[in-house]
Amino acid sequence: MNRYPLWKYLIVLAAVIIGLLYTLPNFFGESPAVQIAPAKTAVKVEASMLGRIQQLLDEKNIPTTGAFFEQNGPVGTVRFRFDSTDTQLQAKDVIENALNPDPADPDYTVALNLLPSSPNWLTALGANPMYLGLDLRGGVHFLLQVDMQGALTGRYDTLANDVRVLLREEGVRTGGVERDGMSIVAQFDNEDAANNAASVLRNRLPEMIYSVSENGDRFVLTSRLTESAVMEVQNNALQQNITTLHNRINELGVAEPIIQRQGADRIVVQLPGVQDVAKAKEILGRTATLEIRMVDESQSAQNALAAGRVPFGLERYEDTDGRPLLLRRQVVLTGENLQDAQPGRDQQTQQPSVNLTLDQKGARIFRDVTRDNVGKRMAILLFEKGKGQVVTAPVIRSEIPGGQVQISGSMTAQEASDIALLLRAGALAAPMEIIEERTIGPSLGAENIEMGFKSVLWGFVALALFIIVYYHLFGIFSTLGLSFNILLLLGVLSMLQATLTLPGIAALALTLGMAIDANVLINERIREELRGGMAPQQAIHQGFERAWGTILDSNLTTLIVGLALLAFGSGPVRGFAVVHCIGILTSMFSSVVGVRAITNLWYGRRRKLQSISIGQIWKPKD
Amino acid sequence: MELFRIKRTIPFMRHAVVLNLISLITFALAVFFIATRGFHLSIEFTGGTVMETHYQQSADLGQVRDTLSEIGYSDFQVQNFGTSRDVMIRLPVAEGEDATVQSEKVMAALQADTPNVELRRVEFVGPQVGEELVTNGLLALLCVVIGIMVYLALRFEWKFAIAGVVANFHDVIIILGFFAFFQWEFSLAVLAGVLAVLGYSVNESVVIMDRIRENFRKQRRASTTEVINGAITQTISRTIITHTSTQIMVISMLVFGGPTLHYFALALTIGIWFGIYSSVFVAAAIAMWLGIKREDLVKPVKKDDAEAEVEEG
Repeated sequence: MNRYPLWKYLIVLAAVIIGLLYTLPNFFGESPAVQIAPAKTAVKVEASMLGRIQQLLDEKNIPTTGAFFEQNGPVGTVRFRFDSTDTQLQAKDVIENALNPDPADPDYTVALNLLPSSPNWLTALGANPMYLGLDLRGGVHFLLQVDMQGALTGRYDTLANDVRVLLREEGVRTGGVERDGMSIVAQFDNEDAANNAASVLRNRLPEMIYSVSENGDRFVLTSRLTESAVMEVQNNALQQNITTLHNRINELGVAEPIIQRQGADRIVVQLPGVQDVAKAKEILGRTATLEIRMVDESQSAQNALAAGRVPFGLERYEDTDGRPLLLRRQVVLTGENLQDAQPGRDQQTQQPSVNLTLDQKGARIFRDVTRDNVGKRMAILLFEKGKGQVVTAPVIRSEIPGGQVQISGSMTAQEASDIALLLRAGALAAPMEIIEERTIGPSLGAENIEMGFKSVLWGFVALALFIIVYYHLFGIFSTLGLSFNILLLLGVLSMLQATLTLPGIAALALTLGMAIDANVLINERIREELRGGMAPQQAIHQGFERAWGTILDSNLTTLIVGLALLAFGSGPVRGFAVVHCIGILTSMFSSVVGVRAITNLWYGRRRKLQSISIGQIWKPKD
Repeated sequence: MELFRIKRTIPFMRHAVVLNLISLITFALAVFFIATRGFHLSIEFTGGTVMETHYQQSADLGQVRDTLSEIGYSDFQVQNFGTSRDVMIRLPVAEGEDATVQSEKVMAALQADTPNVELRRVEFVGPQVGEELVTNGLLALLCVVIGIMVYLALRFEWKFAIAGVVANFHDVIIILGFFAFFQWEFSLAVLAGVLAVLGYSVNESVVIMDRIRENFRKQRRASTTEVINGAITQTISRTIITHTSTQIMVISMLVFGGPTLHYFALALTIGIWFGIYSSVFVAAAIAMWLGIKREDLVKPVKKDDAEAEVEEG
């Protein structure tokens, strides 16, 4: 009756082993490490770097205890682990000297860091420790709000330009095309022209909705982006901003930065271990945007330049070599129309080049502009902190159709690769603003860990004592079940690479307190059956069987609550909810299957069981 | 050890009216305090800047306040946090001044008075984020209530669903009442605690409802009140042991958890005690008054249930 088939024992055993394996990495602590990441967007760190550095360290007789490569989006990072801070410092110097021959202009950031010091075989199994939340390890947290209005306005500006060009191409006469808030308004003299324009645009710019209305003696065509197009603009803006942030944060040399989307228009950035808020903010806050504009090289412009004047409609910039340029204020393209940028070589001249891929609209605009301006120069500008910088200003050799743009000319392969990366990832699609900021000192983090750990430990000890005194051997079974539950819970959390926070630890404690409920339900039921005169084996069986329905009901309702917290919570609430939800599941398994397995092992084999040790069974006298 | 030597069914429901009146009064008081006093919401909800500073000796709060006034702040709070050496400073959202500027300014001024003061934590939250948190919190609450009702209605009966939710709401409002009355700080962690209590308290009700259903099946001739009393009596030992266990963990959090977990643990403690009370008296009594019947819970006997009938006889 109380025997489990072998496979059930094996499942429990497997769960214990897996729990142990994945919980284990959390206990090894951290060891000093050196982290190597690219300092410039143009420099790449690849897996081959591991061998190179290893060789370097071998030459100097510096022992390492582990080497790791990680690719995070476009950015690769190499980390080496050492057994002491002394070797760490030595290694840092050696690597720094070898990789950055010119300290004033470093190619790589070589930063001191901490890495989990779990043995390599565990890491190979994918068993890594949980992340510790900022409240446990210290660091800074930012919540950035992306200005979606800004992203949309930019999009409408480009679209207004598109509409203008398209209508001219098709020979539709307009009385002006303007962006008016979140719409584009075109004026026409008669209704036919307006309708004609609408049908042309519907074909060419299907992402907008068009409506014609009469305004006095004029006809107005109003175009708005469809909802899905608006969503797409916003999604792209957010994605691009996240990529850009990744690249910038790398400059800080943070071990485990978290850069996550939150909701429709927010980005969470967490930098554990970083205390220099000012620097972090400066790096995050760089709002760079990309623009392509035409260079005015007409005689009058040259004269004005020589005289030190800037004519109306033009702006003065300097190219990379410091020569002055006059650019038209009108923007041909923004970074939004750029899909990709890769360094390459010109097929004929073998000169280094940057190959740009534009989106559909970008391609069309670019074709028109290049057709009309062969022999002239166009400039690619990067705006940072409101200041524009000309990245490159090549001469247009011929009309460029198809959206494949090659920029070549006076640049080295290195520069080409720099520019490509800058273009690809240097620019934010929309401005951002910090709306939440949190800094937690490292000592406070350590204190929080200690307090959380103590709460769980002493709570558990007291609970175990209480339950063993009350239920004797079955109390020990319950305690074992509870330990099994902690093991599984920590194992699952580590496996999921969840972030442990102080509220998460609180949830761990609370889950343990509540998990005992299942055991109490079972034990009380067994007692009740014994009191009713049932034979011990039968009572154990009935106790587990009958308690199961109640356990299921009560845990499922608790789980509903946990899931709602997970869905709507943010920050601490979420940290709490994750542990709570997983804890409910593991506690059901450990109390129903785990404790049953232990009980069966202990009592199941005895055929004639006279009594069981579940504390005193008091029977009312009749 | 056997704590509970219960000879016969305790007539819990006999006191239902009186206890529910008390409940109603407590509930009304809680609503009254929430309405009149409101909550002492934490920075997460209100927006603003919070700084936690640590002094080597006991901090002189009066001096800290003076210093803040001197550098031009008027609407701020200074209080001890955890120990007399830890001071928490709250500043409202300032126009055109971000958190770094604010905290640097404040720290410079504080350090001028006491050189060894240490900044342990700064938090800046925009008011908009706070507003959203309130909305999300309410949404979570709503979802939980609906989810629990649907589950209880499907698994048991709508009368139980209503009884369970009313009991639950009762607990939550009373916890909130405590926070409003004592003006304890209501933070996100407390919100998590309050919502966890929802799950905890409904858990309690479910155990009792489960037993009521079982007893309806077993005791064919017993009246509804007898069945309910029987169910509560049979589960009371489990109820108390479980709560004691949970309370042990929560006390450990209260003792060792430090200031951050303090109010969280407090919310849970209140929730645990009212959770027992409300599932025994409020939920069961409301189910009784809603006229819960045998037929509501026991599905018409199917043929393969014959065995069950033999057992009952």
